[in-house]
Amino acid sequence: MRGGMRGNMAGKVLLEIRHLKKYFDGQEILKDISLTVREGEVVSVIGPSGSGKSTLLRCAAMLEKMDAGELAYMGERAAYEAQGRCIYAPKEDLRRIGRRFGLVFQNFNLFPHYSVLKNVMDAPVTVGHLSKREARERAEQLISRFGLADKKEAYPCQLSGGQQQRVSIARALAMQPKLLFFDEPTSALDPELTGEVLKVIKELAKEKMTMIIVTHEMQFAKEISDRVIFLEKGEILAEGCVEEVFSSGQARIQDFIGKVTH
Amino acid sequence: MQGWMEFWDNFIVMLPQLTEKFGVTVSIFVLTLLFSLPLGLLLAFGRMAKNGLLCLMSKIYISVMRGTPLMLQLVIVYFAPYYVFGIKITNSWRFGAVILAFVLNYAAYFAEIYRSGIASIPVGQYEAAKILGYTRGQTFGKIILPQVVKRILPPVTNEMITLVKDTSLAFVLAQVEMFTVAKQFAASQASVMPLMVAGVFYYFFNLLVASLMEYVEKKLNYYR
Repeated sequence: MRGGMRGNMAGKVLLEIRHLKKYFDGQEILKDISLTVREGEVVSVIGPSGSGKSTLLRCAAMLEKMDAGELAYMGERAAYEAQGRCIYAPKEDLRRIGRRFGLVFQNFNLFPHYSVLKNVMDAPVTVGHLSKREARERAEQLISRFGLADKKEAYPCQLSGGQQQRVSIARALAMQPKLLFFDEPTSALDPELTGEVLKVIKELAKEKMTMIIVTHEMQFAKEISDRVIFLEKGEILAEGCVEEVFSSGQARIQDFIGKVTH
Repeated sequence: MQGWMEFWDNFIVMLPQLTEKFGVTVSIFVLTLLFSLPLGLLLAFGRMAKNGLLCLMSKIYISVMRGTPLMLQLVIVYFAPYYVFGIKITNSWRFGAVILAFVLNYAAYFAEIYRSGIASIPVGQYEAAKILGYTRGQTFGKIILPQVVKRILPPVTNEMITLVKDTSLAFVLAQVEMFTVAKQFAASQASVMPLMVAGVFYYFFNLLVASLMEYVEKKLNYYR
């Protein structure tokens, strides 16, 4: 647990989700979720499989369309509700808003035909219109910071899962997002490799990077989160600082945490 | 000894003419690839379009082109200007008709190869590109297509090899290419030897095509 929770209450609101609803094949996956994330906060989303954690993240990152509700980044609306439907902002606005966040995927999704260096520097050049020299400098800094300096010419298939995930975090950071989403960043890794990725995320937390992390690593969530959200069956069952949620009196939450940690 | 001498004499006469018309064979091959590979990609886009009409039309086109003989398509393309537009068919149209028919036919096969290649790229690649802010065009051009090219090389090589041999179908429009010459020699010499020699030409051309494609495959082997 980090002590900054109170101080962060004053931070600028980066992400605001209000009354989000999402259906798949007529089944309600997310039921009226509201969530505010402020600058510098680290928020973990935990809960059993199928509870809608990843869907929530994907809706926030606009990989899935919401069926109802509002979504805003830094006060700018990306989607709002009108006449019972969810209306998204024009494409160009969404592209600009999308530059404010990054996402780290469960299975990395690195570009296999690009070297490590190119994976990290291509988007800043292609999308961010950075010069090649600047983008390379930025990429090399990130790569060596994550301990991959000797791998910068390697291709993703030559790396371990942990190394690939660190590259994908570097790739996301190269676009200098205000907020970073992690969708179960260690679920595809064995325990040995999980540690090296969690270490990187912890370092980012120390630097007050705003992050929303969907994870099954309870100990990790406990250590780095300002706030924990417990999701079940598409609803927020509990939300608060680590102690509040982890020592919550609710039997369901105790049951889940007990099962996962022992 | 007598037979051997005769074979050699015939061979010496035949070889320059076969070689000359082999140029036509190669032209049909190269021009067909040059136009049918891009057209096939467009057709694949049509086939995968969300627009129902566009998708249906592409589907019907591919179905007809793959479902009817190329020989028939050659004849139809050749006579189409006359029957559809009433334009008199001239000699110079012959080669154009051969190329057009081959392009239209091969594009249909290539479209399905592209489609399978594009469908085999994991959704995560599109999602990663979208999150990083790539436009749809950038995503396809920089991220998807290079990976598709690598994956479809083996089936494309197959089609190329078939195309080399299909060029002999140009004879239905009386377009003289290598095999036409070989058949004329076979008839005049009452021997299958000229056809065998033509076979050797095709074989070595295909060997070259296959080796070239193998080289490209190896070049792209730096990633999985």
